[in-house]
Amino acid sequence: MNRPAARLALENGTFFTGLSIGAEGEAAGEVVFNTGMTGYQEVLTDPSYAGQIVTMTYPLIGNTGINDEDVESQRPWLAGFVMHEYSSFPSNWRSRRTLDDYLKEHDIVAISGIDTRKLTRIIRTTGAMRGIVSTVEFDDARLLDRARAIPGMAGSDFAKVVTCREPFHWKAGVEGSVPPLPAMKGAAARHRVAVVDYGVKWNILRRLAAYGNELTVFPAFTPAEEVLASRPEGIILSNGPGDPAAVSYGIEAVRRFLDSGLPLFGICLGHQLMALALGGGTYKLKFGHRGINHPVKNLLTGAVEVTTQNHGFAVEWSSMDERSIELTHVNLNDGTVEGFRHRELPAFSVQYHPEASAGPHDSDYLFAQFSAIMEKP
Amino acid sequence: MPKRTDIHSILLIGSGPIVIGQASEFDYSGTQACKVLREEGYRVVLVNSNPATIMTDPEIADATYIEPITPESVESVIEREHPDALLPTMGGQTALNVAVALAEGGMLDRHGVQLIGANLGAIKRAEDRKLFQEALEGAGVKTPRGRFVRSVEEGVEAAEQIGFPAIIRPSFTLGGSGGGTAYNMEEFREAVRHGLDTSPVHMVLIEESLVGWKEFELEVMRDGKDNVVIVCSIENLDPMGIHTGDSITVAPAQTLTDREYQRMRDAAKRIIRAIGVETGGSNIQFAVHPSTGRMLAIEMNPRVSRSSALASKATGFPIAKIAAKLAVGYTLDEIPNDITKETPASFEPAIDYVVVKVPRWDFEKFKGVGDTLGVQMKSVGEAMAFGRTFKEALQKALRSLEIGRFGLGGDGKDLVDVASLSDEQKGEWRRKLRAQLHTARPDRIFALWSAIQLGVPTDDLCEITGIDPWFLFNLKEIVDFGGELQSGDAGRELRGVCAADASAGTVREESAAKTLARAKALGFSDRQMSHLLRLPERQIRSARRRLGIVPAFKTVDTCAAEFEAYTPYYYSSYDEEGESIPSTRKKVIILGGGPNRIGQGIEFDYCCVQGVFALRKLGYETIMINCNPETVSTDYDTTDKLYFEPLTLEDVLSICELERPDGLIVSFGGQTPLRIARALEDDGWPILGTSPEGIDLAEDRARFGELLDRLRITRPEYGTATSIDEAVAVAERIGYPVLVRPSYVLGGRAMEIVYQTDALRTYMQLAAGVSPDHPVLVDRFLEDAFEYDVDAVSDSHDVLIGGIMEHIEEAGIHSGDSAMVLPPYMVSNEHLEEMIDSTKRLALAIGVKGLLNIQFAMKDDVVYVLEVNPRASRTVPFVSKAAGIPLVSIATRVMTGHRLRDMGVLSFDFRKIPHVAVKESVFPFAKFPSVSMFLGPEMRSTGEVMGIDSEFGAAVAKAEMSAGTALPLGGTILVTVNDRDKNEKILEIIRGYVRLGFSVMATEGTSRFLCASDVENRRVMKVGEGRPNIADHVRSGAIQLVINTPLGEESRYDEFAIGHAAVEHNVPFITTLSAAATAVKAIERMKSGPLGVRSLQEYNRNGREER
Repeated sequence: MNRPAARLALENGTFFTGLSIGAEGEAAGEVVFNTGMTGYQEVLTDPSYAGQIVTMTYPLIGNTGINDEDVESQRPWLAGFVMHEYSSFPSNWRSRRTLDDYLKEHDIVAISGIDTRKLTRIIRTTGAMRGIVSTVEFDDARLLDRARAIPGMAGSDFAKVVTCREPFHWKAGVEGSVPPLPAMKGAAARHRVAVVDYGVKWNILRRLAAYGNELTVFPAFTPAEEVLASRPEGIILSNGPGDPAAVSYGIEAVRRFLDSGLPLFGICLGHQLMALALGGGTYKLKFGHRGINHPVKNLLTGAVEVTTQNHGFAVEWSSMDERSIELTHVNLNDGTVEGFRHRELPAFSVQYHPEASAGPHDSDYLFAQFSAIMEKP
Repeated sequence: MPKRTDIHSILLIGSGPIVIGQASEFDYSGTQACKVLREEGYRVVLVNSNPATIMTDPEIADATYIEPITPESVESVIEREHPDALLPTMGGQTALNVAVALAEGGMLDRHGVQLIGANLGAIKRAEDRKLFQEALEGAGVKTPRGRFVRSVEEGVEAAEQIGFPAIIRPSFTLGGSGGGTAYNMEEFREAVRHGLDTSPVHMVLIEESLVGWKEFELEVMRDGKDNVVIVCSIENLDPMGIHTGDSITVAPAQTLTDREYQRMRDAAKRIIRAIGVETGGSNIQFAVHPSTGRMLAIEMNPRVSRSSALASKATGFPIAKIAAKLAVGYTLDEIPNDITKETPASFEPAIDYVVVKVPRWDFEKFKGVGDTLGVQMKSVGEAMAFGRTFKEALQKALRSLEIGRFGLGGDGKDLVDVASLSDEQKGEWRRKLRAQLHTARPDRIFALWSAIQLGVPTDDLCEITGIDPWFLFNLKEIVDFGGELQSGDAGRELRGVCAADASAGTVREESAAKTLARAKALGFSDRQMSHLLRLPERQIRSARRRLGIVPAFKTVDTCAAEFEAYTPYYYSSYDEEGESIPSTRKKVIILGGGPNRIGQGIEFDYCCVQGVFALRKLGYETIMINCNPETVSTDYDTTDKLYFEPLTLEDVLSICELERPDGLIVSFGGQTPLRIARALEDDGWPILGTSPEGIDLAEDRARFGELLDRLRITRPEYGTATSIDEAVAVAERIGYPVLVRPSYVLGGRAMEIVYQTDALRTYMQLAAGVSPDHPVLVDRFLEDAFEYDVDAVSDSHDVLIGGIMEHIEEAGIHSGDSAMVLPPYMVSNEHLEEMIDSTKRLALAIGVKGLLNIQFAMKDDVVYVLEVNPRASRTVPFVSKAAGIPLVSIATRVMTGHRLRDMGVLSFDFRKIPHVAVKESVFPFAKFPSVSMFLGPEMRSTGEVMGIDSEFGAAVAKAEMSAGTALPLGGTILVTVNDRDKNEKILEIIRGYVRLGFSVMATEGTSRFLCASDVENRRVMKVGEGRPNIADHVRSGAIQLVINTPLGEESRYDEFAIGHAAVEHNVPFITTLSAAATAVKAIERMKSGPLGVRSLQEYNRNGREER
């Protein structure tokens, strides 16, 4: 099949020409890369990618098509998608449609056939940049103007865009034909858990449910009182897109949650919000961590976990009060903060994604740990 | 955890000779382990019987024992060296088996040696299918339904439960040897019987057949703190039912979603824990049902393996090196990633390319072996390639195979020229291919090109072959584009542009450039383009360069560019951005040997790597090009820069154009690089050492003949024939017997010794395609002559003789198959002097600069030259180690302009070596029970061993032991020899055995002959004469050694029966009188007391003192 041409422009004036995949049109956003060799469907549906154009460094995308099960939300949230070779012929017993059809259905603009390694190297050396993918505009100057016109990620609140509009109860989701990870032993009790949805990945909900919890999911901007009024036994601060510092309502709510003394577990954006609520600071990483192979050391056990990561901001450890906060996890690649816990309160958080999906299941114990904390009188 | 300080010295066991299923990958792993452990300050003691390895070079370990890898011999090493620990995971199944024997025999405890890397329990749980199943069941991981049986009857019971097809897997055998698939009860009984015989514990597993399931492998590492990482996933293109060593494999897995992959990863973690591998790497195989996704664990190897070598090369994550560090106590997070320097090894490599490995088979060397592929591995080597797509990587891998193919198809070698067929013929071919493709054979991947071209739907192909439709779809994309090039508009346009000499700068050119770039991105070689566009290759090449379509060299960096890479490890791709930046240093490119095959194996990799070491010492930047993932040469640690690329002219030139080397070395990598030497020189690249002109001179019969005449050096009479009658005329002129061979080798028909006209006519008839362009070479065969191999170095002023080896077998047996001894022990000094003199004169006359190998024969006091090869030979590593002289290093210095006389090596005299070294060859007869075990002019050995001691008998005994031949100390020998061998010599030999206490059995003719000379013996029946016959006696254990010289066609059935029985029951089977005579000496020595062991470093030290 002959595909229309597509062009990708970076704000620094680098251009790539490739072929269009998915919807025709134009999409601008922050250009980032993900190094996972599997899991493009999970990446597509991960709300944390809102506002971003995601480049897959693995060169063959589309091999396993799109199935009905491996979704992390109702639809793709990312701005655009970039790959080296699009495989128009999917082969997998669970595949239901091609990636191309899926992208078209959800109006996502994507480009294939470019040197994604070159693009990755540019992002690595220059840092994440704004960019634009277009199948309609080929005038470089105009493309560049449009790429430079969008706001940068710093200061952007995307959580309000991707969060659910109404609270809802999570019903055991589609687990599908691949058996899920069994829950670790000793977590049979049912607890009411409130999940604050800043862009929650469904696998967080699936894992919490697997540990026997009853879940109520609240929109990001729900006032803390309303969440607490549901009388949860524990609260999850979910992952989500954008700059944590811009989610001021979230920071405020987390302070109330901390005050409540309820078990609190922050993941990714939720982790950053907890840090900010505790008086710490966050900063933007040069090009972020996005992949499923980052080694994280658990300082409490000495064990190394291979983790799923997706974040462009990180917690500044020097800004945290070590008298009340203990560093529990650190990234072995670059030494960044990956997790901490409160020394007195039953609150802890991690920067990475213990729910994996895509990625290794090494950190599933954190859900067991959360359930265990709720067990305590 | 920091490294262990309670151990100081570590014993490492190598894998011994190269055999099918255990090749150079263990040299790569072992060499890495030695280097790492020494860097960590441990004293490393190494045992390996294979002299062709880098690891047995005296610089690699502290004490190197080239001794048999048997429990007794390893215990002797332990007694001398007192190691604290034994690392058994680097030497394949051989090392694990010996470690198990040492542990179970109490030897390790007795000497206070602890196993590190894998404990006894883990080894047993991984190897013993029963314990394996139990362990996995306990861990909640499913395995195929199956049952262990110890008899055929029990097997039948199991088969009734499990159903057909059923898999038969013998316990504890190498590379699945002795295994098979049975489709009915009759086949089943036979397979179980064979399996029980092959299994050293007399047990086989009967298992449900997973034929057609998808097959995956994971390379897993675990450290002492229970951290587990998956280094690489591998997907087999060929489905279950074909041994993974015989499958085309792809990394990473292509058709698993993350959820399915993570489920496999979880299972792998549970398995490595359940089996109990405490530290190190393991390979775990899985099968996945293509339409239900049911996943079963199939196998695990608790050690480094062929797959781990592949995974290391494919990802840049050095599994063996890390495993060695884990074994001494480090944890993954304490070990830095070499490539990124800043990140630790406790991660999982992310790769941004595709790697394809294709096996290399050599069935044409083994007449009578079916070339169908199954659960038993038959390949002898492999090639691997990188690409940014599966298509690019696959086509590159296929052209790396050195089988004359330049991609998937369209290279002029296709099964059928589809364009020329009528519709009816196309239909016939479709039917034929559908039938043919059911069975996996070496050429199946190429047949798929034709099938797709003929329009067989990929759905059908999936059903016929069991290959996943994703792969077939990708093949179809290649084939379709090939069709477009051959007959489409884009192809026509491109052809027009390529045919034009100069740039026209038109729009047409721009669009042609796009087509060309697309073709290159799909992996098409210039050679394929040349055939598809019907233009000379050089025209494609020059147009391609004019249009700026050149490869970009990308880095293998373990992290998909997320971090900066410091390791210069590259592959080509037709993508945008190249990352290899040429330095301004003086640099030399060394061309490697490509995939291992019979006749070209690890010996050449040894030479290449030694060459690199020497060049580095001389201050050159070293650049390696090779495509064999098993080797030390493709370890990114070996050279300054590594290009993992095919060794075709096109691929090598692309690198030359980027790097602009000051020289290339083509004479270390065997035939592969020599094939393109002349073309590289014609393109203006300087070839170091002997000029391609000099190499040609030695290979050109006529010119070489003239040279010998001029030098008054004798060679056997010879001629060339282009027809049957001409051949007969030549043979009559020079006299029978004659050695005949085609001037080019075209799959199958190769060298043969012919004794009379009829046989010559038959040979010529079968040597299809003899023509004036492809003549047959006819040489006088020097029957009963002694043969010698000389390895020397010349700088075109002086000549250093490294050694002259005497072949133990008489003339007529390929030098690669012959046993050899250094220094020679049955030749007069006068004749040696003559050979030395001839070598020197030939070296100078040819203008050799570097290595030189000459084969001599001696008959009736006349010395003949058989062959001169001005390049590295297979025996260079053996000579270097036996004589203690680094020939490659010396040759490399010569090639870079140094003089021998300045190196102080010219006083070296191999005759003064105070010890004896014997090289013995190792054959795959156990794998291929249907081939003749008689040695001939066609090489069939896969590997070699060395026995070294102070005297001949002991050296032979060790060599035989290392080769796996268990010479008996007493019992009965069976003698059956042909009429030519019924002579004084055999009598003397048999009397020798009798003197040592053996009794003798013989077949009728031989028996009569022995009786006539008063050699007591018992007559036994031949196979056709009744029962019990000779084969029965071998089977019943009544015979401990067989001496059987080839009897000719009429007795072939007997010979197969005896040979087969002997191989099955591991009874030594001797096929030449000279070997029978040497065996007497060895047995005599073995009876006189235990054989000692001594390290190579000690031998060399003594050698130097002696000199």
